[in-house]
Amino acid sequence: MLSSKHFFLLPALLTLVAIILFPLLFTVRVSFSSWDVFQSGLDFIGGSNYVRVFADDRFWQSLQRLSLLSIISVSLQYTLGFALALAVWKQVRGGRLLRVLFLIPMMTTPVVMSVIWRTVFHESLGPVNDILSAFGVGPVPWLSSATGAFISVLIVEVWQWTPFMFLLLLAGLVSLPKEPYLAAAIDGAGTWRTFWQVTFPLMAPITIGALIIRLIEASKIMDTVYVLTSGGPGTATETSSYYIYIRGLRDFQIGYSAALSLVYLVIMIISLTIIAKLLLRTLVGKDE
Amino acid sequence: MIKISKFIGPATLLALAVAAATPAMAKDYTQFGIEKDLPGTCSYEATDAKDYSGRSLNVITHAIPVIGEPTALHAEQFAALTGAEVNVVHVPFGDLFQRIMIPFQSDQNAYDVLFYASLWIGDFNRFLEPVPQKYIDSTGMSDVTDSFTGVATWNGEMIQYPMDGDRHYLKYRTDIFDNAEVQAKFLADTGSALTVPETWEDYNKVAAYFNDRDWDGDGELNYGSAEVAKRDDLMFSAFISRAAPYAKHPDVKGGFFFDLETMEPLINSPGFVRGLQLFVDAQKSFPPGGNNFGLGDEIFSFGGGQTLMSYSWDDAYVQANQKDSRIRNMVAAAPLPGAGEVWNRDTGTWDTFATPNRAPYMTWGWSSAVSQMSEEKEMAFDFLCFFANEANAKNDLQIGRFGVNPYRNEHLDVDFWKGQGWEDKTAESYVSTLSDMEESQNRVFDLRVPGVSQFMSSMANGVAEAMAGQKSAQDALDGVAKEWAEITERIGKDRLRAAYANVVKLEDNEG
Repeated sequence: MLSSKHFFLLPALLTLVAIILFPLLFTVRVSFSSWDVFQSGLDFIGGSNYVRVFADDRFWQSLQRLSLLSIISVSLQYTLGFALALAVWKQVRGGRLLRVLFLIPMMTTPVVMSVIWRTVFHESLGPVNDILSAFGVGPVPWLSSATGAFISVLIVEVWQWTPFMFLLLLAGLVSLPKEPYLAAAIDGAGTWRTFWQVTFPLMAPITIGALIIRLIEASKIMDTVYVLTSGGPGTATETSSYYIYIRGLRDFQIGYSAALSLVYLVIMIISLTIIAKLLLRTLVGKDE
Repeated sequence: MIKISKFIGPATLLALAVAAATPAMAKDYTQFGIEKDLPGTCSYEATDAKDYSGRSLNVITHAIPVIGEPTALHAEQFAALTGAEVNVVHVPFGDLFQRIMIPFQSDQNAYDVLFYASLWIGDFNRFLEPVPQKYIDSTGMSDVTDSFTGVATWNGEMIQYPMDGDRHYLKYRTDIFDNAEVQAKFLADTGSALTVPETWEDYNKVAAYFNDRDWDGDGELNYGSAEVAKRDDLMFSAFISRAAPYAKHPDVKGGFFFDLETMEPLINSPGFVRGLQLFVDAQKSFPPGGNNFGLGDEIFSFGGGQTLMSYSWDDAYVQANQKDSRIRNMVAAAPLPGAGEVWNRDTGTWDTFATPNRAPYMTWGWSSAVSQMSEEKEMAFDFLCFFANEANAKNDLQIGRFGVNPYRNEHLDVDFWKGQGWEDKTAESYVSTLSDMEESQNRVFDLRVPGVSQFMSSMANGVAEAMAGQKSAQDALDGVAKEWAEITERIGKDRLRAAYANVVKLEDNEG
């Protein structure tokens, strides 16, 4: 039964409807229309757009590419972020300055940084090949070969988002209880053993959270690809979100891109739920 | 004491008499950054006489500087002259189409004046206000070349306001091509004379010879060719330039991209495949990273003296000839290379041409228009007429970053370009190349139909796949043709045919 106290929930509920439910429901409705450059408005064409999605090889290839890119980049970010967090966890000289320096990449705008990285990787005018040539290496086709472009996108992603991992993991390390470490020291455990048997298990909940947050973010990668490679060479770095952008905003296939977005959303929800469960089972040892 | 009032009457009469006897002094408008006001329908003086105080105009245009900067400049000038409030919105190229299209589709009167890529006319035409006769009869408009009048016309009606003229042509280094020592060495090494490439095969051969050598003696390696090869960065235009002479047969009418009768895509026909194969082969002569070059990189590479040849819009040519350029007056223009063999789709054979077939590409340029929904149509057209008045057009042509290129007959004047400090060959080759394109009977225009972005995006993807070695040229273009057929199906063959007929008219010199 509704009472006056329920009305206090109204602002939050209205906000929820306005910013989440309405756009989502509108996207669902648009996905069943043929809204295109020559057909404006919301007609109804049934599930044709969804049938088209399932036959769209380019979309599925972009999804595979995205999965590979996300898994590699997030793994690297986690490893490097953890290493950096461990490095500044204990009191080190200049630790405070290092913490600020580590955070700079995360605080920069991805598009701006991608433009700078594109200049850095420029094969005839950029500094990287210049430096490598001094050692007799190169020129390396950073952006003009499929492998090079994939690695370049990976490098920029890792550079930009490792600080985020670092920040979360450092916060976790700082909040760890001291007792297990005292017990480990009394038992004579060395650094390596203490890490694997104390630090790592204690950090498991934070690790899972950090990995899932970063996987969600990494799966939306668009700006870096847009600026750095435009999805090329060929389709070598075309990710799902970039492909949806092309179909929706460049080709103006609004109905079809809505269907692509929803299929993509469902796939992401299912796969990230499975990944979260697997991580819980592996790292914490229980399915909860 | 003599009263002053006694003098007022005679003094006034004297002043009026002097004013009547003296020729009218032209008002000075140099504070607006022009050399002088030029006579014309929408000159500074004529615009100054209008009063739009208390009224406002909303304009959408490209980001600064290309077209965005002259729009902002002329909007400010128009506001100062007429008292109007002119609000200019600048949008990056990737967002411009949808920022214009969404208000159109949702019946919102968001912008009175629009600046956009002229090839979008196929999508926008139903939302645009035809140019009124008095502007068609204006001095500036009557001098617009026939090609660009055609580009602004849809179903026999002018609906775009011309303010730019774009084409693709070849640019090359004269200090190398005209150098007797280099010519002798080239002849000795290759067995053929060094001449400006007549065909794309010649182009690739010359580019390969000069690739990876320090031929300008500055201690840095130079390369053969700079081309716009980055997917989604106008590469589709580069491909059309390369494929056109192989696929556009001068004796075959009725469509270059499609067969107008059946609306079957021709994009995977042997002519296009040959063009793509040569594009793929040319990558060997690109600078490092050249197959990821967008337009900006191409301008920088050729304009900066890194490469021997290039082809695209005027920007690289203008950049190369700027006062601070180290290769100023060392470049010349020439028609795009042609083809010795041209695919004849009527007979299904390759026809051999003793003189290479040329198919100049009047590639999309910027254009402008007034929205049908605008409540300030007269002021909007006055603004466009002022934007493109004689003084502004000449001023804008001289500033490379503005992106305004010759579109009136008076712009194709060698003396005007020599006046910019260009030497004889640089100016003459530029003007003759552009003028000859106006005369050509075998030109190619953009696919100005509804859904052009979908067609071009699909083509760019296929070409990029072939360039990256993911597919053969034939397989890549077969994939594009399949997608084009699907897009055609979705748009509707009849709707597409009706639109494409406008393009075919231009290509077949019927309109």
